[in-house]
Order: sequence, then structure tokens, then C-alpha cells
Amino acid sequence: MKSVNTIVIFLITFGYEVIYNDAPVLWQTGFQDPATPVMEGIINLHHDFIFFFILIFVFVLWILLRAIYFFNSRVNKVAINYSHGTLIELIWTIIPIMILMTIAVPSFALLYSIDEIINPAVTVKAVGHQWYWSYEYSDYIGENGEIINFDSYIIPEEDLEIGQFRLLEVDNRIIVPVNTHVRVIVTSADVIHSWAVPSLGVKCDGIPGRLNQISLFIKREGVYYGQCSELCGVNHGFIPIVVEAVPLDNYIDWIQKKLYA
Amino acid sequence: MESLSTAPRDERFPHTNQTRNCWVRYVEWKLCEEKHGEEESECKKFGRWARALCPVDWIERWDEQRANGTFPGPSGESS
Ligand SMILES: [Cu+2]
Repeated sequence: MKSVNTIVIFLITFGYEVIYNDAPVLWQTGFQDPATPVMEGIINLHHDFIFFFILIFVFVLWILLRAIYFFNSRVNKVAINYSHGTLIELIWTIIPIMILMTIAVPSFALLYSIDEIINPAVTVKAVGHQWYWSYEYSDYIGENGEIINFDSYIIPEEDLEIGQFRLLEVDNRIIVPVNTHVRVIVTSADVIHSWAVPSLGVKCDGIPGRLNQISLFIKREGVYYGQCSELCGVNHGFIPIVVEAVPLDNYIDWIQKKLYA
Repeated sequence: MESLSTAPRDERFPHTNQTRNCWVRYVEWKLCEEKHGEEESECKKFGRWARALCPVDWIERWDEQRANGTFPGPSGESS
């Protein structure tokens, strides 16, 4: 995302307000703006792949049009009676192999970097239910054994306020600190769900009886929207995910308030 | 509040699947308590790590099973 960052810095320098796109927009065909190194990597990988896709698309289209134009029954009254050519088959086997191997290199590099777990400072547990998410912040225990544990339900359409997103807003957001390694443990209490936030570049199945781990490193403050991404029943489309990334001090304040409220 | 800390990365569980990590931390915690008592600081540390990784429901269920003698894992009396 070098180019986007350059544009953003340019705009800020000249006094423009920059608003990142962390929720879907109408008729969107591209990505939401990245907020984690992982999502930056995914977008860059996509753009690198598109370079090869365009080359292949243009080449195949050219071959196809040439074949249609030059080799039709009008021009060639007598059909050619051979159907095999060793050289051309070698060429059209080996070149695709080379292309696939070339694009596999950055793909694996990204895959393994996503799996890399750096010692986290915060653990958040996300538990899928039919049909809401519940979150646990079990790193903190109050003096009388209080724990932070809450449910996150969708805000129904009739309760939305101006500026809120339909089908994406929840009553209790999860708060995480920016520039901090956060571990998210995803699981489920009933059927399979999937905890996904596009701007953060994460999508992780929540499976009953199993704990899946993903890591977040959010680079800027913001409110990030996501949805359950594994068909989990009739209200599958109505259990959104909202992650609010705040400075570390605000996070600690929030934890204090939650513990002793 | 203590400074931000949570269960550290564990070389034994380098994968996405952390189910065993939670289980092992829970068992370590309870064995430690049986051996050294609940007030031991090492045991409290294991407890923090286990609670960080394991869902509240799981810990409640295992605690119940330990109380009933139906816990499937190792415990002080059996080992
Ligand atoms: Cu779901």
C-alpha cells in the first residue's frame, strides 16, 4: 500500500482530512483500506497477481481472436487432419508452471508471515453463538474476582442513528489498543461461525470444542467492521463484528471502567 | 492494574489451533495448586495464563468435573 500511503501523506500535508474506508460502500469492487501489515500484504499480493492475470488475459484473447479470424471454414476449405504437436504442448505446459511457481513465492512468504505469532500483550476471546458474538477479556481480574465478559448484538434497523451502518453496527464493540500485538482466540458455543474483519485482514473459523488463534497488529485508530463469514443458521447475516482500535491509555481506562463499573 | 501481559507464545503450540495450549495450561495450573497451594505465585501465574487462553465456560466445566471426580485429565490424587 505504498502508493496509498504516499497519497495520504500528500493530502494531509496540504490540509485535507483523510478518512479511511473501514466499512463496505455501495457498489464497492475493491478492498477496504488496510489497518494491519497483514492486510497490506494481502492487497499487495493481489495487485502483484493482477499483473500476471492481465498478461495472461491479453495473450489468451489475442490467440483466440487470431484463431477465429484466420482459421475458420470460410478461409480453410480443407480441414487439417493432425491433432497433436509435442513442441506446443511442452511450451503451454512449462510456461504456466513457471508462472505458478513465480506467484507461489510471494504467496507462501505472506502465508507464513500471517501465521507467525509474536508474543502478544493482550488476549481477546471471541465466542460465536446463534446468533451473536460474545467476548472475554480474561487477562484482567478485579479485586473481587470480576471478569470482563460481554455479548455483542446487532443494532436492529429501527434503532439505528444517523450515520450508523445497517447490518454492521453492534451494541457492544470490542476495544483493542493500537500498535500492540493482540491475540484473538476464536471459538464457538454451538455451530461453526467465522470471525472476519476485512480491514484487519483476518478471517478465522470459530469451531465448537476448538480454539483458533489469530494475531492482530493494528496500525491506526479506527472502527473496523466485519461479519460472521460461515453460514451458521437463519440469522447468519445478522451477527456483525465491530472492532474499535484506540490508544493504549484509552484501552487501559476502558478496561478499568469495565472491571469496576 | 498490572502492566499489560497475557499468556506468552508457547513453542509447543506454534499453530493456529490452540486447544491443547489451553488444556495444558489448565492442567499445569491445577497440578501446581495441588502441590504448592493456591497462594503460590507461580500457580497464580499459570492460572492467569490458563484463563487468558481458555473460555470461561470450559474452565467452569473442568472445575465442576474436578469437584465431581470425573475430570478426564491428570490430577494430584490419580498420578
Ligand atoms: Cu455465524
